[in-house]
Amino acid sequence: MTIAPENTETEVPEGHVKLVVDGEEVIAPEGELLIRTAERLGTVIPRFCDHPLLDPAGACRQCLVEVEMNGRPMPKPQASCTMTVADGMVVKTQKSSRVAEKAQEGVMELLLINHPLDCPICDKGGECPLQNQAMAHGRSTSRFVDTKRTFPKPISISTQVLLDRERCVLCQRCTRFSDQIAGDPFIDLLERGVHQQIGTAETADIHNSASHTSSGTPFQSYFSGNTIQICPVGALTSAAYRFRSRPFDLVSSPSVCEHCSSGCALRTDFRRGKVMRRLAGDDPDVNEEWSCDKGRFAFRYAAAKDRIRKPMVRDESGELVEASWTEALRRAADALVAARESNGAGVLTGGRLTVEDAYAYTKFARITLRSNDIDFRARPHSAEELDFLASSVVGTTPEHVSYASLEKASAVLCVAFEPEDESPIVFLRLRKAARDKGTKVFHIGQWTTSSVRKTFGELLACEPGGEAAAVDGIAEHAKDLDAALSSDDAVVLVGDRAAEVPGLFGAVTRLAERTGTRVAWVPRRAGERGALEAGAVPTLLPGGAPVSDASARATLETSWGLDSGTMPAEPGRDTAAMLAAAASGELDALVVGGVDPDDLPDPAAAREALANVGFVLSLEMRPSAVTEHADVVLPIAPVDEKTGTFLDWEGRVRPFSITLEGTGALPDCRVLDTLAVEMDADLFTQTAQAAWSDFSRSRVVSAHQGSNPDQHSRPAASTPDTPDGTVRLATWRQLIDNGSLQVEEPHLAGTARDAVLRMSAATAERHGVTRGERATISTERGALTLPVEFTDLPDDVVWAPARSPESIRSVLGAGHGASVALSGGAR
Amino acid sequence: MADPITPVLTKRWLSPNSWRLSTYEQLEGYTAVKKALRKPPEQMVALIKDAGLRGRGGAGFPAGVKWSFMPQADKGAAKPHYLVINADEGEPGTCKDIPLMMADPHSLIEGCIIASYAMRAHHCFIYVRGEVLHCIRRLNAAVREAYDAGYLGKDILGSGFDLDIVVHAGAGAYICGEETALLDSLEGRRGQPRLKPPFPAAAGLYAKPTTVNNVETIATVPYIVNGGSDWFREMGTEKSPGPKIFSISGHVEQPGQYEAPLGTTLRELLELAGGMKDGIPLKFWTPGGSSTPMFTADHLDVPLDFEGAAEAGSMLGTTAIMVFNETVSVPWAVMKWTQFYEHESCGKCTPCREGTFWLAQVLERMVAGKGTEEDIDTMLDVCDNILGRSFCALGDGAVSPIESGIKYFRDEFLALCEDNKSKQSEAELVGAKA
Repeated sequence: MTIAPENTETEVPEGHVKLVVDGEEVIAPEGELLIRTAERLGTVIPRFCDHPLLDPAGACRQCLVEVEMNGRPMPKPQASCTMTVADGMVVKTQKSSRVAEKAQEGVMELLLINHPLDCPICDKGGECPLQNQAMAHGRSTSRFVDTKRTFPKPISISTQVLLDRERCVLCQRCTRFSDQIAGDPFIDLLERGVHQQIGTAETADIHNSASHTSSGTPFQSYFSGNTIQICPVGALTSAAYRFRSRPFDLVSSPSVCEHCSSGCALRTDFRRGKVMRRLAGDDPDVNEEWSCDKGRFAFRYAAAKDRIRKPMVRDESGELVEASWTEALRRAADALVAARESNGAGVLTGGRLTVEDAYAYTKFARITLRSNDIDFRARPHSAEELDFLASSVVGTTPEHVSYASLEKASAVLCVAFEPEDESPIVFLRLRKAARDKGTKVFHIGQWTTSSVRKTFGELLACEPGGEAAAVDGIAEHAKDLDAALSSDDAVVLVGDRAAEVPGLFGAVTRLAERTGTRVAWVPRRAGERGALEAGAVPTLLPGGAPVSDASARATLETSWGLDSGTMPAEPGRDTAAMLAAAASGELDALVVGGVDPDDLPDPAAAREALANVGFVLSLEMRPSAVTEHADVVLPIAPVDEKTGTFLDWEGRVRPFSITLEGTGALPDCRVLDTLAVEMDADLFTQTAQAAWSDFSRSRVVSAHQGSNPDQHSRPAASTPDTPDGTVRLATWRQLIDNGSLQVEEPHLAGTARDAVLRMSAATAERHGVTRGERATISTERGALTLPVEFTDLPDDVVWAPARSPESIRSVLGAGHGASVALSGGAR
Repeated sequence: MADPITPVLTKRWLSPNSWRLSTYEQLEGYTAVKKALRKPPEQMVALIKDAGLRGRGGAGFPAGVKWSFMPQADKGAAKPHYLVINADEGEPGTCKDIPLMMADPHSLIEGCIIASYAMRAHHCFIYVRGEVLHCIRRLNAAVREAYDAGYLGKDILGSGFDLDIVVHAGAGAYICGEETALLDSLEGRRGQPRLKPPFPAAAGLYAKPTTVNNVETIATVPYIVNGGSDWFREMGTEKSPGPKIFSISGHVEQPGQYEAPLGTTLRELLELAGGMKDGIPLKFWTPGGSSTPMFTADHLDVPLDFEGAAEAGSMLGTTAIMVFNETVSVPWAVMKWTQFYEHESCGKCTPCREGTFWLAQVLERMVAGKGTEEDIDTMLDVCDNILGRSFCALGDGAVSPIESGIKYFRDEFLALCEDNKSKQSEAELVGAKA
C-alpha cells in the first residue's frame, strides 16, 4: 500500500489501480474489495457477512459506503464488501460521508430491532462483533417500540452446535462456510423474510411438523465448530462451552494442535488453571482460519478424572500404587540398567510426541540404553516405509511441498490417504485448490468417499492391497493422470496406510522418478514427522543420517559428548520386532510412550509382549493398556502444560509454549532426562528449550538423502487371490472415533460418522447380504457385525472403519488388504 | 398511422379458441419467425434495437441492448446460451402476462423462437408463477402444439436452428420475479437474488450466458419483425415506443386489460374503462403496481410512458393501474401493501427483511388508532434507510407506497394519530397498575 504525498504523481504498478478513499490516494491491487482497501488505510468499515475467506455475499448491508466513478456519484450507497477497486474511483466511508454513516447507522438499528437483549448471558458478549459495532456505529437508542420476532431457543443442530435463531443476523457466514469451505451443506436458510432462519433438515421438520414425513439429517460435518467461531453474534454456540465462561475472564494462549499432522495454529483459552475452549488460530500458511472439530473440541482428556498425576510402581501384590518420583525413578533406573546389561531394552515412543520429547527418547535409547531399538511407529509399519522415510521424507521442509504448493498444483494424487479423516486441513486446502484454482485431485483408493466428492476428485479404484499395482499402472491405464503428474507443480500425497501395502512405496518412488512429481508423506499423528526427524527410528540418527554411517555416528558422538565408538552401530529393531523380541525374552524391558496396543499391527501379540517382558516403563497421562502391564508409570504433561514443537506433514516447525503453568506436570523430555541421570547419563533435555537447541546443534543430515537404490528393485506385490467365500478388507480410522485423546467429549463423539460396513450391491448379493440388515466380517480370531451400506466398492471388497468402536485389528487380527469372511443375516 | 386503439398485442384475444395454434396461424401467426430465421441473428438484435423496444417487466431496459450483451460466439467451445422468460407476474395489480399467455400463448412462443435465434440460444425456459395452474396447462399445451407443428425442436422450419422450450412452474414467491432470484429458483435453489456482477449475460442460468425477458416484451417481438421498427415507432413516444397492455383494476366501471400506446394518460384510459365506478371521484392510483409511488387525481394527465411517469415522481413499472376512489383510506391501503412486502421479503438483506417487518407493525398500530405523529417521521426515516440500501429492488418497492402515501396524504396519517394524542398525555408507568 502506498499513500502518495500531496501533489506528486504516484506510479501505479502493473496490475494495480489508483483510487481515493476518504480523500487519501491509494494504490490497490486489481480485484481488491473496497472494504479491504479501507482496512489497509486503517479505516474499519463495519461488517457482518463479509469474511475474507468466503465468497462475497453483500447480504447484511452493514458496510455501505459512497462511491464515485468517473466523477459521477453512484446513486445508491454501495456494499464495500462486494465492490472491487477501480481506477479513478472515489470512495467515501463513514469517516467522510454522512450518507454512508447514516446508511450504516440505519442498518445497525434494523439489525437490532429483532435482536434479543441477551448480552448479559450470551457466550458471545464481550467478543461480539454485533455488540462492538453497535457501540461504534449504532444509534444510542432504538426507536423500535413494537413486538420483536421470537423463536424457541436454543435448538441443537448437532450434538455440539446449538442455534439461537433470535440472535441470528442472517449473515449466512455459517451456511456459506459449510457450502464453500467444508462442502457440507447440512445447514441452510429456511423460510423467508423476517421468519428466515438457519436450520437443518431436522429443524425444518420440526418447523413443519404438520407435514413431517421423514427425519432429516443433522448438521454433520467435521468442521462445524468453525461456524461457531465465525458467527458474528451469539447465534451458534458450542454445547461444550455454552455458559462456561465470559470472554473477558479468559486468558488466551497461542497453541498448536496435537491431534493430526496438519499443524493447525490454535488459540487455547483458559481460566483459573482450566482450559475452557479452543479456537482456530489465524495462520495463512497452514490452517488459514479453520480447524477441524477434533482439534477444536477434543482437549478434555488432559483434565480427565483418571489422569495420572503421580508416579506409580507395581507393589508386591501386583497393584500399581502411587510412589514418590525418587522411588519410581530408582525402580525404573535399576530395571533398565539391568536390562541394558543383559538382553537390552527397547523404546516405543508413540506418534504423538513433540520434537523435543522424541529427541529425548532418541538420546535415551542411544546413550542411556545404548541401543537403536527405538521406533515411533505405533501402527502398521514396514521396512520399506522406513527406507522411504529415510530417502524421501526426512529433512524435507515446506520448500519441498507445502499447503501453498497444493493450492498451486495443477494436479494432486492422493495414495492410500483419506484426507478428510486423516488430515482435515490438508483436505480443506485440496478442496479450496480444486474449487477456486482448478486443481485436479485424483485419489487411489477403494470407493468414492466424501474426500473424493468434496475435492471434486477422480477416483482410481483398486482393491485394498492393490494400490502399488495401481500406481505402477498409471502410465498405461491413466494417461491423463500421468500427463498431469508430469507437470512441474504436481504433487503426490502418501498416507501412512501405505505401510500396509507391500511394494507401494517403491511404486510411488518409481512414479516420482518417472514423472518428476514431488511426493509428500502425510502421517495421521501429530508427532510422527517430528519423531522421524529426531531419529526415533531404528535406522536413523537425529537429522536423518543412517545409523550405519560411521562418520555420522562419530559426528554425533562428538556433539553428544560421548566417547568415540560408544554409539551402537547396528540398526535396531522396529516396533513389531521389538514386541516379538520382548515376547520371546530377547528383550528384557520396554520403555513405552503414548502407544495404544489396538493400533499396532497385532494387538494381541503386543499385549502378550507387554505381559511377558521383564520390565515395562510407561510414560503416560491416563491409565491405558500399557499401564496395565507397566511396572513403573511416570506421569507426563499434556500439550497444554508444556512447551514444545511439532513438525507438521510439510516439515514446518510449529513451536508452542506452555498454556497452563505451574501444574507440576513434566514433559517427557524432562522425565527422561531425570531418569537418565539416575542411570548416570546426561541427556541435556531438562527443558524443551534445552532439548531443541541440543537437537538443532546435533542433527546429522544424511549424505545419501534423496536416493535409495533399494526402493526401485522392490516389485509391486500382486494382491494374492482371495480364497473362496472371502472378501478383501479396506479400512482406515475415521477422524472422530474412540481415540484416547477424544475421551470426555460426548458432544464431539455425537458427530462421529456411523460405523458401517460398506460393500457393493453385487458383493452383498453374492454373499447373501440383504439391504437393511447387518452383516458380519470374520477371521479365525473373531467377528465384527455392522450395519450395511451399499457403496461403489470393487466387487468382493468391503470397507469398515478401523474403530467401530472396537479396533478391527484387535477383533479380527486383520488390517487393510486382508482377506476376511463375509456373511449376512445378522439382525 | 395506426389508430391508438387498434390492438396489436391483444388483437387475437377475442377470437374463438384464440389460444389454439390453428387460430394463431390463421391470424398471421408464425409468419414472423419464418422471416426471422432467414436473416442473420445480428440483424434481429439490430431490429429490436432500432425499434426501441423497452422491457415490459417494469424497469424499461432497452431489449435490443440487453440482447446485444450476449456473447456472439456459439460454436466450438462456447458455452450454451439460455433465454429465460420471466412469467412470474407477481407485482400487486399486475395482470397482463397471465392473460396474454391464456389468450395468445403462441405469440409468446413465436417471440421466444425469434429471440432465442437472435441470441443463439437453443434452450428457452418459461418460468411461470406456480399458482396459475390453468395458465401453465395452457402454455404446456401450446408448446406441445408448436413442437408437433415443427416450430420447436430440431431444425425449425428447415432453418437448421434448434430450440427447446421448457415451461417451469415457480413455487409462489414474489422475489422470484427478480431475475437473478428467478434463475436460482429455476436451478432448483432457494430463490434469493444473486450478487451482480456477474450479470446474467455473462453468467446466468447454470453460470451460462443468459437473457431474462418479460413475457410481454418477447410477445411484442413477432409484431416488430412483421411490422418493422418504423411501424413500431409510430406508436407510443419517442423514447418509449410501442403498444402496452395496461392492467386496470379497482374502482372503475370495467376493470381489465387495455392495450394502448405508451404515453396514454390515465384520463384516456379511464374513458376506455368506462370511468370511475358509480361516479365516485378518484383519490389515488398506482401507475405500475404497488412498487411505484402512487399518484393522485392531480396526475390524470401524466403521459404514461417511462419518462412521463418518472418526471412526475413515480415509475411506469408494469403499467398495473390500481384505481382507488375516495372511500379508501390511504394509510389502510399502504398498510395492506406493506404487509405484502413484509410477507414477500426474501430475507436475504437486512434493510428489507427487518425494515418491512418494522414498518408493517407501525402501520398496523397506526391504522388501529395507536400511532403517534412521531411514528410518521420514524417511518419516513426507516424508509430512507431501506431505499437504495437493500440488496435488490424489492426493498425500494416496499417503501414507495409509504413515502408517496405520506407525501400526498399526510393529513390522513395524522388524523389516525389524533385519537391517540389524548391517551398519550396520561402516560402510565409500565407495571404501575399492579
